[in-house]
Amino acid sequence: MIKTDILIIGAGPTGLFAVFEAGLLKLKCHLIDALPQAGGQCAEIYPKKPIYDIPGFPEILAGDLVNNLMEQIKSFQPGFTLGERAETIKKLDDGTFVVTTNKGTEHHAPIVAIAGGLGSFEPRKPLLDNLSKYEDNGVAYMIKDPEVYRNKRVVIAGGGDSALDWSIFLADIASEVTLIHRRNEFRGALDSVEKVQELKNQGKLNLITPAEIIGLNGENKLESVLVRKISEAKEEMFLEVDHFIPLFGLSPKLGPIGDWGLEIEKNAIKVDTFDYQTNIPGIYAIGDVNTYPGKLKLILCGFHEATLMCQSAFQKIHPDKKYVMKYTTVGGVSGFDGTKKEAPKAVVKKIE
Amino acid sequence: MTDIKITIIDRDGVTHEIDAPTDMNMNLMEVVRSYELAPEGTIGICGGMAMCASCQCYVESDHELPEMSDDEEAMLSEAFNVKENSRLGCQLHISEVMDGLKVELAPEDV
Repeated sequence: MIKTDILIIGAGPTGLFAVFEAGLLKLKCHLIDALPQAGGQCAEIYPKKPIYDIPGFPEILAGDLVNNLMEQIKSFQPGFTLGERAETIKKLDDGTFVVTTNKGTEHHAPIVAIAGGLGSFEPRKPLLDNLSKYEDNGVAYMIKDPEVYRNKRVVIAGGGDSALDWSIFLADIASEVTLIHRRNEFRGALDSVEKVQELKNQGKLNLITPAEIIGLNGENKLESVLVRKISEAKEEMFLEVDHFIPLFGLSPKLGPIGDWGLEIEKNAIKVDTFDYQTNIPGIYAIGDVNTYPGKLKLILCGFHEATLMCQSAFQKIHPDKKYVMKYTTVGGVSGFDGTKKEAPKAVVKKIE
Repeated sequence: MTDIKITIIDRDGVTHEIDAPTDMNMNLMEVVRSYELAPEGTIGICGGMAMCASCQCYVESDHELPEMSDDEEAMLSEAFNVKENSRLGCQLHISEVMDGLKVELAPEDV
């Protein structure tokens, strides 16, 4: 069981900055995120896009903001459970919480801060009638173990980076890779597009565009897919395959957190703006995931919310400790790794 | 201040005739949100970057709308429930040429 002071659900900018504010109060944090990397939307959806309203940064790329935050919190040694979704929460008799992920990882903390943004990112599934019949029976939305596809016939659908990258990767592993996309154009990194072109020219990859998969067939497991060309003729063909991997991106869902007994309004968690606590004492919600009168879904507001949340969490964890807020310029930043950052002392010297 | 009239059919099939400002740098997705014609969290999820299709709508009047950008076209090519007249609301900047526009919100992408 992972133990920490503040368990943060969601490793986007708000969750990451909470680690810093908690660290100043000597509170340790652990973060859970459904995505395989930290940074939330900033890292997953728009790492290369600029943001203009981070105070002190006239312009910063979302990906760079995440890198900077990771650097800022490094000395507070946050723990991460990545690629797992917080599934259930249990309140113990002593008022502390145990949060368990979909993979069974257990986390124990006196304080839970939900910084879940828009929710956990789930794969977008194509609208096919019998899709669920073949899930884990030939249809998968993520590639966890590429070895599963060794010497198999694989069809990938999608037109973004992940469809391109996995087609390239599996071309060496699978016996046959077919990439299907509704357009002739792909939206991805230039070298990925060029690599797919090269593989196609070498006959190592079948490309069917513009086309879409409109049917799945097979007795107990997937045996073939029905492909329809998007053209005047709308010709259809069966393609014998062992695996179908639709890669249509991710869409956010509030998910299991919605069943934790928290007060929900407009797909967000209601909080008290005094300390961003939810209706369950000890559970806070900060950043885009919360709502209150006047709420704005801005990173800079999330930073503020994270800061106030940490002060309240500190008082809950240490009800008898006296504390006043101290400027980092005055107090410096003492990491849990023994490092200390502080303002250089002024030199006192007489001028002759 | 100049307003134009837009007719929006929400996801429950209810028709709303609303005034949309042309001088507030707004797009159609934001207009829908400002009138709360779709619940928060079900529209404009990516914030207007043409990176999700939660603001997809079907254009029912024959207005000459600005051409699709590559981003919009790419997103719609991966979205679901796409029709010939599909557009992303976030890419439709409110302007005088849209006066009298009629759109229907596409079903929520679940």
